[in-house]
Amino acid sequence: MFRRFAPVLAALLVLTACATRPSEDPAAAPETDGAFPVTVAAPGAPAVTLERKPERIVSLSPSATETLYALGAGPQVVAVDSASTYPEQAPKTALSGLSPDPEAIAAYRPDLVVVYADDSGLADTLATTGTATLVMPDARTLDDAFAQFAALGTATGHQAEGESLARQAKDDIDKIVADTPKRQLSYYWEVDQTLYSTTSATFVGQLLSRFGLTNIADGDDPSASGGYPQLSAERILQANPDLIFLADTKCCGQDASTVAARPGWSTLTAVQAGHVVSLDDDIASRWSPRVVELTRAVSDAIAKSGA
Amino acid sequence: MPDTRTRLRAPVLLIGLLVLVAVLVSAVLAGASDLGWQRVLAEMWAQVTGGQSPLSAREAAIVWQLRVPRVLLAAIVGAALAVSGATFQGVFRNPLADPYLLGAAAGAGMAATLVVVLAPAVTGWMVGPLPLAAFAGAIGGVGLSWLVGRSAGSGTNTLLLAGVAVASFLTAIQTFAQQLNTQTIRQVYTWMLGGLNVSGWREVALAVPYVSVAAVVLCLSARLLDVLTLGDAEAASLGLRPGRIRLVVLAAASLATAAAVSVSGLIGFVGIVVPHVVRMLAGASYRVVIPLSLVGGAAFLVLADQLARTIMPGELPLGVVTAFTGAPFFAWILRSSRRRVS
Repeated sequence: MFRRFAPVLAALLVLTACATRPSEDPAAAPETDGAFPVTVAAPGAPAVTLERKPERIVSLSPSATETLYALGAGPQVVAVDSASTYPEQAPKTALSGLSPDPEAIAAYRPDLVVVYADDSGLADTLATTGTATLVMPDARTLDDAFAQFAALGTATGHQAEGESLARQAKDDIDKIVADTPKRQLSYYWEVDQTLYSTTSATFVGQLLSRFGLTNIADGDDPSASGGYPQLSAERILQANPDLIFLADTKCCGQDASTVAARPGWSTLTAVQAGHVVSLDDDIASRWSPRVVELTRAVSDAIAKSGA
Repeated sequence: MPDTRTRLRAPVLLIGLLVLVAVLVSAVLAGASDLGWQRVLAEMWAQVTGGQSPLSAREAAIVWQLRVPRVLLAAIVGAALAVSGATFQGVFRNPLADPYLLGAAAGAGMAATLVVVLAPAVTGWMVGPLPLAAFAGAIGGVGLSWLVGRSAGSGTNTLLLAGVAVASFLTAIQTFAQQLNTQTIRQVYTWMLGGLNVSGWREVALAVPYVSVAAVVLCLSARLLDVLTLGDAEAASLGLRPGRIRLVVLAAASLATAAAVSVSGLIGFVGIVVPHVVRMLAGASYRVVIPLSLVGGAAFLVLADQLARTIMPGELPLGVVTAFTGAPFFAWILRSSRRRVS
């Protein structure tokens, strides 16, 4: 009960100006932003209506954290989850995005919580404390990612920045793809050293398809195994990909030399020709504005492979 | 159960070995990559005669660097788990005992998780940190159970309960470490499901010594295990020391289990299913069960791994295949053993 009346009590304290403690309530000085209330939704996620511009955002999604900072909503972010490693100034906490704890989240007194999945009814639980929850699910396509940039912009009072960020990312990627020489190349994308890979049905796979590359993990049905099949070394050796992308450099310490040292892998064309590309795991797995950096890394690899 | 036959008869062993050889050959001829079994056969013939092989250097690497060691490793791991399972069932006089009963799985799982969490990117060792940790963890788990059990008294039931306590404790540590580092869950999970998809000759060389030593010790102890099934008092009256025998055979079985776990993760049900099939087909004497479990376990896991790597374009976790075939069987054993008791 107390929690429900806390904002009222806090507001009273501020009004009477007799409080020596810092204000408990972020809404004490409400932002009079004409854009609010707004209703936003990411593709494939429920719509959320925000009455006011959020001033205390908790992000439990590493991709959303990157996007929020790129938008200029960084000052509104009060806490990010333990996996949100970028940008450095993001206030990293012990919060978990995988199994979010409503009470631990509520301790930051957020007015907006951003998650990448809500399987445990988090939104309903947080709604009882008056906090809105925005789901930004795994982007399936580049357009999904762009739509999320715009949605996060709208939700945080940075609508123009969100739209321009989406447009900019789209234009940059289009330009990089257009400027990259077209080559008939096949590739293997490594998620970890037990040979988990991604197919063309995934976000990353679609990005690489834009360059006209063929994915050796596709098989007959790219959607099988949820787009993340575990390959056998036999299949990779037989497919003999022209390019090998390592998205497991940070998690698992893989690089061109560890790949070459695997049994039989020294016979691969990509290993012999030096076309094993080390990527930053985080950039390679998030649907944030840094996807442009990923696109550039892929483009560079393709350009080099022709030499 | 028919237990009148106490000696392993030569024809039975011969049939077992022939089945194993047939399974090994078929597993080498067919794999995830579509090389054509005739061409693989021609490659092998060329290796023997020094003739011309139809395979390219890369295709030859697929056969010799990937497929052959994987098949051999499946055989070694299967033999190790099955013979350990048979031993555990004998020592504890419990048809449902398996090699992981005394904390081998929990110890290995905890150590593997800690490595993934604390030293994720250590590479360049001759042996990866994960197999080493899993091996040490499995041995440590069993050792701890033994120490706890011995301090609480003698007898197999005490040891069994000590194993339960130790396993729960180690699993709690593992779960806690994992919960603090949720980004490593997939890695740990993949390891737990068990698999041989990144195995090579190095893993074979790693497992062979331990498994061979254990296999020899256990084959030599088969008669003693038969005596132990009569009970400690009878064994003592025959001039044997049950405690000493248990220590030796459990140490050997745990060594084999630890070696298997370190190269293949946690593969369930082989240790339960295979010894029971052997008992039903060939007799319950440990002089039959121990050697035939070695052969049968090897054949079963090679077959299971062949399914795991060929049934889908991607890999199926080996633990899934063995459990899918093993679990219904396990349930059936459970039913029939319950009926016998009641």
